[in-house]
Amino acid sequence: MEYEPIIGLEVHAQLLTRSKIFCGCSTTFGALPNTHTCPVCLGMPGSLPVLNENVVEFTIRMALATHCQIAAISQFARKNYFYPDLPKGYQISQYELPLAEKGWVEIETQRGPQRIRINRIHMEEDAGKLIHDEFQPVSHVDFNRTGVPLIEIVSEPDLRTPEDAASYLKMLRETLRYLEICDGNMEEGSMRCDANISLRPVGTERLGTKTELKNMNSFRNVQRALEFEIRRQRALLEKGETIIQETRLWDTGRNTTVSMRGKEEAHDYRYFPDPDLVAIVIDEQWIERVRGSLPELPDAKRERFMRDYELPPYDAQVLTSSKALADYFEAAVQRFAQPKLVSNWIMSELLRELKKDEKDIEGCQVTPQQLAELLELIDKDIISGKIAKSVFQEMYTTGRSAAGIIDDQGLKQVKDESAIESVIDEVLAENNKEVELFRGGKEKLFGFFVGQVMKKTKGKANPKLVNEILRKKL
Amino acid sequence: MEIFSLTMHDLHELLVRRELSVTEAVRSFLERIQTFNGKLNAYLTVLAEQALQEADRFDNGKKDLTESPLAGVPLAIKDVLCTRGIRTSCGSRILQQFVPPFDATAVEALHRAGAIFLGKTNMDEFAMGSSNENSAYGPCRNPWDLERVPGGSSGGSAAAVAADLCAGALGTDTGGSIRQPASFCGVVGLKPTYGRVSRFGLVAFASSLDQIGPITKDVEDAAILLQAVAGYDRRDSTSVDRPVPDYREALRTPIEGLKLGIPQEYFIDGMNPDVVQAVQRAIQTCRDLGAEIVDLSLPHTDYGVAAYYIIAPAEASSNLARYDGVKYGFRVPDAKDLMDMYCQSRVNGFGFEVKRRIMLGTYALSAGYYDAYYRKASQVRSLIKQDFLAAFEKCDALLAPVSPVPAFKIGEKSDDPLQMYLSDVFTLPASLAGVPGISVPCGFTAEQLPVGLQILGPHFQEELILRVAFHYEQATRDQRPKPAVL
Ligand SMILES: [Zn+2]
Repeated sequence: MEYEPIIGLEVHAQLLTRSKIFCGCSTTFGALPNTHTCPVCLGMPGSLPVLNENVVEFTIRMALATHCQIAAISQFARKNYFYPDLPKGYQISQYELPLAEKGWVEIETQRGPQRIRINRIHMEEDAGKLIHDEFQPVSHVDFNRTGVPLIEIVSEPDLRTPEDAASYLKMLRETLRYLEICDGNMEEGSMRCDANISLRPVGTERLGTKTELKNMNSFRNVQRALEFEIRRQRALLEKGETIIQETRLWDTGRNTTVSMRGKEEAHDYRYFPDPDLVAIVIDEQWIERVRGSLPELPDAKRERFMRDYELPPYDAQVLTSSKALADYFEAAVQRFAQPKLVSNWIMSELLRELKKDEKDIEGCQVTPQQLAELLELIDKDIISGKIAKSVFQEMYTTGRSAAGIIDDQGLKQVKDESAIESVIDEVLAENNKEVELFRGGKEKLFGFFVGQVMKKTKGKANPKLVNEILRKKL
Repeated sequence: MEIFSLTMHDLHELLVRRELSVTEAVRSFLERIQTFNGKLNAYLTVLAEQALQEADRFDNGKKDLTESPLAGVPLAIKDVLCTRGIRTSCGSRILQQFVPPFDATAVEALHRAGAIFLGKTNMDEFAMGSSNENSAYGPCRNPWDLERVPGGSSGGSAAAVAADLCAGALGTDTGGSIRQPASFCGVVGLKPTYGRVSRFGLVAFASSLDQIGPITKDVEDAAILLQAVAGYDRRDSTSVDRPVPDYREALRTPIEGLKLGIPQEYFIDGMNPDVVQAVQRAIQTCRDLGAEIVDLSLPHTDYGVAAYYIIAPAEASSNLARYDGVKYGFRVPDAKDLMDMYCQSRVNGFGFEVKRRIMLGTYALSAGYYDAYYRKASQVRSLIKQDFLAAFEKCDALLAPVSPVPAFKIGEKSDDPLQMYLSDVFTLPASLAGVPGISVPCGFTAEQLPVGLQILGPHFQEELILRVAFHYEQATRDQRPKPAVL
């Protein structure tokens, strides 16, 4: 029997607000343990939470970007469970009345573009971190992360393949980064993903029993974990066995998922409205103000790149895959107005080098102005395209300007006709036999002479002039 | 009259006129505490040295007595309000060592007004109780009869005021915890509208019900103390940003022509007949003062106890989850593992009633029970609020007893939680509705136990209930004995 995977994702994104969601403590990552804490985020008796409005604003941004309906009145709820990294014994989250519901995003799949529905987006606070002592049976708690704002984005079970899941995740990350509300770094945990997955016979409607997958801290791991889980569930179903509803952890090292807890051990979180916080009231004006401040989103930008810069769809897709890259492209085009040429250089030379070094465009030493300057030099015949590539290598590793490198290494094209003429004379004198053959009709040898001239000038001779003079002389 | 017997406003007047130094006043209370606290157990912590130092600042002229009516006035604070650098135990073993790094907003306000803190008062553990018997540090006793309870949960504050161990005190009221002990001890106690006083620094029992309020020797003192603590606080999202009227000024207006409602549900079978009689006499006094008395109904009153004992424990079960032995407070020394540490710390750190309510609340919020209990109780709560809103269409304020019975014997009800819960029947509805209420002494039973008259008003109409209480008090002032047992 053919089975169809049904996948839904729950994505947590850490918001880039300066202070925590319910107190004034800094959200900066990497401080000494427990230095970004106060009575409120430590859950001290008598302390009370006060909502940071920027968190609401950031969440509205994401809700608008994903076409969600924003609730006029929403509410915080307490999720009750005991864990040492949770100082109050409950997490302030949203349950019955989330801030946003019923949205969608569009992703590219092998079956063409698909709309993935978003069930809800809600706000909540992050928990702290346990640090286990390496030498003693002791654990320490770092509460710096406690109260850092998160949004949880819950999709409907609309994803059908692990590749779909990965491109949905990438789409969310791209959007979060465009909105400048989350840095989307899965390895560092500022974006986290849990997956729900079940299988059903192709052509049937009823959903099968699902498992929940956790602990996948990269796009690759999400895809691999889903692939594994599909194989595991299919094997069970083919043997006529039943799937157990449970939570499973992805084990990267062993490439497998392992059972963490079954349905019976599932927590009863005893959600109820948090009486310490009043309802969040969002009026049309607020929504419109946020809508007005939204940056151009990936879809719109892609369209514009194709229209205004006359780029092919593939180029537009690649260049808008991150806001920083799109900004880079536009900055370069501003200085050197040949978009397709800029695009070619970014997509081939620049992205290849970055990929080799596993770097983002943010970590690139070559500024868009420097790249534009290099292209200008080619355009003005100051250097050849071939030499430009080696100049670019130098620019990429040192961050120096093209002009500086060209000056230092004397790479400027030789355009002095008499200089080229004398080199050509030399070449013709040294290769009498080939000259005879050429004049005898073996025209293919023209390239040979060009090559010899270039070799003698270390590639600096202007190719157009070399051609012209050679023709004359021969 | 002895210094310690003076009301806050009389004492302040003597201080301002320099007929008395602040140090003398503080000493007078400290001596009284030394003599009687052993019998009463009203204070858990006495701040003798700190109080004398503060007094000295006034007597040295470093602080000004005329700045506020609380300047130089010695007060007591219920041990559920955070005091920076001073242990705040909440009457619980689990917080035996807890020293908050900050002041509650109300404490800060009193401090700014120049009040002097004599100490922290006894209470039912985490404010859960109606008798003060649930304190981990032993019961507080009623100054009118040492065999009886002072009421709860603010029993220590009420007893301290009644026995003149302070000039006035702060208590907290979640379901009657200011009004009922005030009535049991024959003093004035006011629970403000929910949102009138900041809860920041009030260690939460039931967050949607808790309010801080004054317990004082007379109504004018209650107005003064409320004035100091009322108002919006950025640090408490549930505090309400609306102007605070001049409560003391509002007392002057006579109550002639006011419509006072008598809810029939507050006079039920099984009540102590002396209580009924005292309240009836008080109603007659108000009529004599020119108020119009109207009979009316608060039809959902009967469901108040049931709704309250779901909502309050539900919130408590969550509020008290933070006492897990991880960060502060009591932790068992030799737990096997994490779960064992949680269980043993909580089993040994909490008292019986607190554990009972955590169990009740956990159950009420559990999957499959939430709709039948918590959600239903919340709906009932809305109906009870509607009752009050409808009643206040027909009258300006309500008159009722505070408690169906006067102070009972220590141990009399402690084995029967249901009996104990039912004694809150007349104070719970106002808490659920969030409306303000005041308890003012209205006579005695045959056994010389005080009885309280409860005056309830519309949201944010504290000045109205203070006014009714004030004029009633003025009309009956000469019938005020002091506790004889001391
Ligand atoms: Zn903080």
